[in-house]
Amino acid sequence: MPEEFRAEVRRRDGHAVIDMRGNVDRGAEPALNAAYKDAATGDEPVLLNFADVDYINSTGIAVIVGLLAQARKEGRALTACGLSEHYRQIFQITRLSDFMPIFDDEQTAVGASEAAGA
Amino acid sequence: MSVIGKALKGVRIKGRRRDAGTASAARAQVQQTAASPPVDIAPNDPIIAYFQQATGVVDVDGLELDSPAVLALRDAGVKLVVPLVTQGELVGLINLGPRLSERDYSADDRRLLANLAAQASPALRVGQLVRQQEAEVRDRERLDQELRVAQLIQQQFLPKELPEFGGWRVSAYYRPAREVGGDFYDFIELPDGRVGIVVGDVTDKGVPAALVMATTRSILRGDAGRLLSPGKVLERANDLLVPDIPAQMFVTCLYGVLDPTTGRFEYANAGHNLPYVSTPDGVVELHARGMPLGLMPGMEYEEKETVLAPGQCVLLHSDGLAEAHAPDGDMFGFPRVLGLMKGATDAEQVVDVLLHELDRFTGEGWEQEDDITLVVLQRSLAAGHPAEEPSAEEALVEFSVPSETGNERLVMDRVMESVSGLDIEKERLERLKTAVSEAAMNAIEHGNGGRAELPVLVSVRMNDGTLSVRITDEGGAAEIPEAEVPDLEAKLAGLQKPRGWGLFLIQNMVDDMESTSDGHLHHIDLRLHLKGEN
Repeated sequence: MPEEFRAEVRRRDGHAVIDMRGNVDRGAEPALNAAYKDAATGDEPVLLNFADVDYINSTGIAVIVGLLAQARKEGRALTACGLSEHYRQIFQITRLSDFMPIFDDEQTAVGASEAAGA
Repeated sequence: MSVIGKALKGVRIKGRRRDAGTASAARAQVQQTAASPPVDIAPNDPIIAYFQQATGVVDVDGLELDSPAVLALRDAGVKLVVPLVTQGELVGLINLGPRLSERDYSADDRRLLANLAAQASPALRVGQLVRQQEAEVRDRERLDQELRVAQLIQQQFLPKELPEFGGWRVSAYYRPAREVGGDFYDFIELPDGRVGIVVGDVTDKGVPAALVMATTRSILRGDAGRLLSPGKVLERANDLLVPDIPAQMFVTCLYGVLDPTTGRFEYANAGHNLPYVSTPDGVVELHARGMPLGLMPGMEYEEKETVLAPGQCVLLHSDGLAEAHAPDGDMFGFPRVLGLMKGATDAEQVVDVLLHELDRFTGEGWEQEDDITLVVLQRSLAAGHPAEEPSAEEALVEFSVPSETGNERLVMDRVMESVSGLDIEKERLERLKTAVSEAAMNAIEHGNGGRAELPVLVSVRMNDGTLSVRITDEGGAAEIPEAEVPDLEAKLAGLQKPRGWGLFLIQNMVDDMESTSDGHLHHIDLRLHLKGEN
């Protein structure tokens, strides 16, 4: 079995950042959903940090689509950062990036939304 | 004028509905301002003819007519009626009660009222016409809207792309009539490696037809994989449709099951046009008895079969083609379609020829009467060994893994290892990785149903500049999902499950993807064209 997926919530500059580690696939669903629930308590935007993720597959895409659907239902901003060039492309091909702003890194993500949301 | 204003009463003439252009009084309506109830006048009441002829003001008390309306007017306290007539047509009435001064209406009053009527009648008529026109515009917009909805439903349920099965060429054509006619076609991948092929036509047009079409398609899809026998599939669809289908609607439908490896085509027909097969000995019609779907419960459908030999084509078609009319009333006709199938050996060419001849026949500016649907299956001459690779190839690696969740990572790592000596740019390798892992996951979970004892076979070959990864499962156990573009909007809106990305990802990650089956084994081939890049 590959290493266990972990997702932890951290608050930073008006953002709830979800740090993920491991593989984003079907197995990540319970932990990621639980982390989202912890993150989505106030009205801050939620940032998915993929910096320590090196594998995402179609079942992982489905988990993210599920989160995004949930966030849209609640009117909450969901953004992503730290994706490799390859997965960034996959987010474009699947059109997830049309519904979810993607930033190079956490710093940019937090800054951009501060500038826009002021 | 205060006299008139206060005494004005409403009158409504009941029942008669005619076009604005007719000379008789159609709908004469006077806005009611006083508190008295409107007086209803039956369309056959003699008073209507009387008012139409009357010049000037009419004394209600002096009327000697056998007319319920006269009595009703008297009951309502109406003393004077001023018919509003324009161009011989009664368009309204002004009704007056007694003068408030309790004196009779004077000659001046009557003259004033007659003048008013002469001025008001055409203005009122214009007002009525404008209203009528607005209502017509609204009706037209509603129809256009309905048309769009019907088209949308129709498009939603037609295959987004053609299936690919080794050794066959498939061509499909669908052109809706302006009022969408309820045609449909479908390809259903069956768990045993065969392919279900549907062409159908719902009677009626527009939204109702589109909805019945969508329902029929779903029923067929639901049962095709389970029942396998075409006759049974139609029988079941009929029984499900009968209780729900609107009266006077029914569905004609040809359902066939093709085994791509042997060319065997089993079919049943629910009152649809006969398929035509082009053979070296001429065109053969495929007969099978059966009633259209949705008419009567408990129907049985005759099941027949034929074998399509290499080089042969079969045409499935709706009546939009054969029943198209030329401006002189001539019908295109089934014999002509059959004639055009003679000697046909190329699926796309069949469609082109049929459409070209149809254009010539109907001429320019033809308004298509009904939907046209054509599906052609052509078995290639080299059929039988669809996925055999030519011999000038180099095997990089061959291995197998047990069908256990997570082993797709293993497959991915071993494939990557085997191509490490090739000069492939990093981004492309990443894409190949994703494609291999997705295809292996499909093979493990769908093809072999997660049964660990069944192996997933993997071979990586280099042939003439093309890198090919073949992943094989014992696909008899599961249906391979369709390669459709997932509808992200629908998924985000919660209308669809969030999953269903695998095949779509694979397709977008490699230069070429092909899925084939020999009835037991299912292969997916992933190819990267590296020629000129090494």
